[in-house]
Amino acid sequence: MGESDAAMRSGEGVRPDGFGARVSHVAGQARWMRRRLLGMIVDAGQGHPGGDLSATDIIASLYFDVLRIDAANPDAPDRDRFVMSKGHCTGALYTALAAAGFFPEAELDTYLKPGSRLNGHPNRTYLPGVETNTGPLGHGFPVGVGIAVAGQIDRADYRVFVLTGDGELQEGSMWEAAMFAGHRALSNLTVIVDRNGLQQGALTEDTNTLEPLGDKWRAFGWEVVGVDGHDHAALLAAFDDAVLPRNKPRCIIATTVKGQGVSYMQHQASWHHGVPSRDQYDLALRELEMEITR
Amino acid sequence: MIPAAPAGLFDCRDAYVRTVEELAVADDRIVAVVNDSIGSSKLGKFRDRFPDRLVNVGIAEQNMIGVGAGLANGGKVPFVSGASCFLTARAMEQIKVDCAYSRANVKLCGISSGVAYGELGATHHSIEDVAWLRAIDGLVVIVPADPWQTAAAIRAAAAHDGPVFVRISRMPVPELARSAAIFTIGKAEVLREGGDIAIVVNGTLVHHGLAAAARLADAGIEARVVNMATVSPIDTDAIAAAAATGAIVTAEEGLAKGGLGGAIAEYCAEHAPVRMRMLGFPGFAPTGSAAWLMERTGLSADGIVQAAHDLLRTR
Repeated sequence: MGESDAAMRSGEGVRPDGFGARVSHVAGQARWMRRRLLGMIVDAGQGHPGGDLSATDIIASLYFDVLRIDAANPDAPDRDRFVMSKGHCTGALYTALAAAGFFPEAELDTYLKPGSRLNGHPNRTYLPGVETNTGPLGHGFPVGVGIAVAGQIDRADYRVFVLTGDGELQEGSMWEAAMFAGHRALSNLTVIVDRNGLQQGALTEDTNTLEPLGDKWRAFGWEVVGVDGHDHAALLAAFDDAVLPRNKPRCIIATTVKGQGVSYMQHQASWHHGVPSRDQYDLALRELEMEITR
Repeated sequence: MIPAAPAGLFDCRDAYVRTVEELAVADDRIVAVVNDSIGSSKLGKFRDRFPDRLVNVGIAEQNMIGVGAGLANGGKVPFVSGASCFLTARAMEQIKVDCAYSRANVKLCGISSGVAYGELGATHHSIEDVAWLRAIDGLVVIVPADPWQTAAAIRAAAAHDGPVFVRISRMPVPELARSAAIFTIGKAEVLREGGDIAIVVNGTLVHHGLAAAARLADAGIEARVVNMATVSPIDTDAIAAAAATGAIVTAEEGLAKGGLGGAIAEYCAEHAPVRMRMLGFPGFAPTGSAAWLMERTGLSADGIVQAAHDLLRTR
């Protein structure tokens, strides 16, 4: 598809002053990410658009406002870490990494193609900006907890952010990690649950009940806040250092819509890994231009 | 349970913890990660000396390995220690993805490997670990033979940039006599020269291999004894030299199929066809002490001598 419309993006890598301007900046990046990732999926003939679109606003908020990272120095010891525990949503992750300058934006056109660095799941050994390889669910979160423990031992001031799917919370390793993070009172750790309510084939609640989800995290020693996962202002406020608890990790349950921004994908489990036709793609681009909302 | 090591014999866990402590003094990146296994890993003294650098995740092996990979991301050099049976089997995907595929600088220490847990049964035996782990790309797998080599392997693991598994036995073994005290990852150690047959062993079987070679020499058979401590990456030159004798007996405290024996057989089948006998456990072991299980499986000097004679008779 190669829609290399850098002009659509505003002020790459620069966080504007003023809360309103910051929110607009994130919104612009998110709009660009959605268009770009859909093009990549159409071009590749595969992908995970539903989860990409539910996670886009969370990832955009982190990469274009919150994270203290430098693409020119991706291994800086004091960098903030973002761990993509729901590793299948690479469309959202790769567009953010490219826009943040970790690799050339044109490389997005190689998504899933033979020999590409843009594998179906992220690989830190050949793609800068990736902290750990994920893909099988239940892996990124424990690794994020380990990074936070290292920061706690060193009294470092970097923060660790982990994005999990909601279906992913059915993995036992997630609760091993949640229990230990609560035990260690890892106040440098923030987990964001992309609560789109759907897993691969059905509603989470019809598959293996997660609710009462907030109570579960609280019982494991976490501070829990709920947020609209597509409201950039609310996301930035939830990520703010100033509101962090001092003695426990924070879980942000972000209520999201699988397929957010594309009418025919929204809330549809079938778009977990569906690929739009040419007509559907054109419709999606028109809708994203109009910034339809739920 | 397992009695203390008799005089002249050593529990390699002692060399392991002594070395990790020495490394930790010199390098504050060294941390230990355990699954409620401070006692069985003998890390009590480490905890007392470095209380902030002992991370006990509780009984949660998947999280233990993930946390280890995260600590490595945060600039630490984690020695992740737990009973080999749980550390490997319960957390295999974490070893594959978080450590090997992510090329994380994690040191995995499988404690009380093989059949050391004897009567506790096959749930607690770790006879499969070498076969499983050597299938994982980029993971170094070391099975040291004695206290000196355990210490050397731990030092080599710390110096190696990448994931390493070290199999640490609690079965009493003697300190081996060596002409050259050198350990290099991926290099086998020839402990005895001989041209009639090769005995390729590692871990707790090395001293049995040497005893077997002495008895074969009494019968006029000169056996080459190779300590193949690194199973992955394996020393193919050493295998070729062993194969040049015309006959190889392998012996290990684990599954022969897929383990050290399997690794030797793979190379020989392609590059140096040679007759072999592979000594190891055939499968889940019955109830019995570690010593009894080893003896009845032929994992002894007697068993190796017998296998060597069988092999040479069919030449």
